[in-house]
Amino acid sequence: MTGPDTSRLGERGQAFVAQLLELGRHLGAQWSMGLDQLGDYARDRLSGDYPVDEFGHDPEFTETVWLPVARALALNWFRCETRGSERLPADGPVMLVANHAGSLPLDGLVLQAMVREEIGRWPRMLGADLVFRTPFVGTFARRIGTTLACQPDAARLLAAGNMVSVFPEGFKGLGKRYAHRYKLQRFGRGGFVATAIAAGVPIVPVSIVGSEEIYPNLADVPFLARALGLPYFPLTPTFPWLGPLGAVPLPSKWLIGFGTPIRTDQLEPGAAEDPMTVFGVTDQVRESIQHSLYALLAERGPAFRTDR
Amino acid sequence: MSDAAVLVTGVARELGAAFARDLAATGAEVIGVDRTPPRHDIGLARFVRTDITSPAITRLVRDTAVGTVVHLGLVSASGTGHSRTAAKEINIVGAMQLFAACQQSPTVRKLVLQSSINVYGASPQGPARFTEDMSSRHQPGSGLGKDAVEVETYARGLARRRPDCVVTTLRLANLLGAGHQSQIARWLSLPVVPRVLGFDARLQFLHPEDAVAALRLVTERDIPGTFNVAAADIVTLSQMVGLLGRPTVGVAAPTLPLLLGTLRRLGITGFTRDEIAALTHGRAMDVSRFADAGFTPQWSTADLVADFAAELDPGPLHPDRVRDGVERLSGLVHGFAPGRRP
Repeated sequence: MTGPDTSRLGERGQAFVAQLLELGRHLGAQWSMGLDQLGDYARDRLSGDYPVDEFGHDPEFTETVWLPVARALALNWFRCETRGSERLPADGPVMLVANHAGSLPLDGLVLQAMVREEIGRWPRMLGADLVFRTPFVGTFARRIGTTLACQPDAARLLAAGNMVSVFPEGFKGLGKRYAHRYKLQRFGRGGFVATAIAAGVPIVPVSIVGSEEIYPNLADVPFLARALGLPYFPLTPTFPWLGPLGAVPLPSKWLIGFGTPIRTDQLEPGAAEDPMTVFGVTDQVRESIQHSLYALLAERGPAFRTDR
Repeated sequence: MSDAAVLVTGVARELGAAFARDLAATGAEVIGVDRTPPRHDIGLARFVRTDITSPAITRLVRDTAVGTVVHLGLVSASGTGHSRTAAKEINIVGAMQLFAACQQSPTVRKLVLQSSINVYGASPQGPARFTEDMSSRHQPGSGLGKDAVEVETYARGLARRRPDCVVTTLRLANLLGAGHQSQIARWLSLPVVPRVLGFDARLQFLHPEDAVAALRLVTERDIPGTFNVAAADIVTLSQMVGLLGRPTVGVAAPTLPLLLGTLRRLGITGFTRDEIAALTHGRAMDVSRFADAGFTPQWSTADLVADFAAELDPGPLHPDRVRDGVERLSGLVHGFAPGRRP
């Protein structure tokens, strides 16, 4: 064990780990792990000794590996700021409803990091089945607490007292063209509102400004999308022209506004099955988000400025 | 439960034998039937060699004045030595014959059907947990799962035509525990476990002892209806292979059909496509309805995986070895760190 070869190996190993952590720090990811914790973490992972909840959420992975990356993305890359985070309930079940944009659902990840930063809670996302159909992506999504966007799962998360974030525009919002930025698309059938009403939990309208500019979708190529089984295939100023570099999101300035919570526990019983009530609440949420979007856009000004 | 005899089908298999043995030990008169003699001890139960797909089963039910029929003869996993055609024959025709015999017999007061988690299928569109009433929306299109769905329909038909008869359907999760033979157990015992690349299934199991206890409960008490039976907690495949100390090799999903076909042609029995889907996308059942009916499993999924692991050879990545390895590595890195060199 004391031969010259192993000694050099040891030095190199330590230098490599140190370099890796240093690189991460440069990019803004503060993995607060020393060598000892790294050893502990590796041991836990390899021997299966970590908790996972019924949805597949893995808090250890989320805290140790993902959170530093998500924080760096939100705070350093997008310089994200929030407005009205004091309106978020500190505990108990609540549903966040946000606008969706940007070709890839980075807005969900940034929202998670910002809520965590402001009040310490971790919103559980609901994702389309395409996410769970895709290798690695689905596994990663479940690890960080995402589950399938369906009524039973949303109800189950809320019943357990979670904060749930939903993006009712779905692919209609993500895949819309840059020319239509910040124009809310249709909100599905209002299933999320019915679920919230049935559970009697408050709905917080969330407006995200900045996500539209990260991958400006200048044109859609429907035949490529069909061939690849995707809902859309965007052409952005960088994608697919620059190859993998095209996957780097443009560093737009982000603002996230939290609106006044809309209570649903005062509605009469059975309101969740009443389409008029459901559409009424859906419209209320939608208008609240749209108004706030315009206000935040005016406050932010141009998306790309280097001084903030 | 009355003193009338209990007819148990499928006693040639492990669960059938264990249940017949357990029930007979309480003093009940138990008649075990199957097409082949039991390979496991059935204790005080009496074995009658009968094919449930033949009309002989009707005569047996009538002549022995059976009071309760416990149908454990459903083939619900591959690796039982039945071809797909044979399995379908046993599942569908067997259930039809058996339930017809129950309907005609004035003495039969109860039917207990062992169904399986297969009725929910497995896909990326499934919810985190299936409740009993979700089976209609997530039906498997083929295979053993479809058989189970059909057999459950026949059981509901019997309940309709014989309102005086208590019909209980138990949807069991995959069984796993020390010494229990199954395709999944054989797969997890491989020195290197092949898995579908990029997917980490959520898995839920049931210990064979708990399966017997659940069947005992519904045999001895009248609890009509359909119930999910499983340990409440889940384990991911990554955790599972970690606990078992097995390294894995990822197989890309598009190459799977070819690989499975080749393995089957070579006579190395493989999983069916549905089973692969279950081990790819994962699935779990909500067990609160059966808990409300009075059943608490003794084994959690975490415990029964540990029970299963204890019997296996420690794999190359066994937790103890991993601990040693990590310590040695960090010792190496620390020990030879610049400035701290001895």
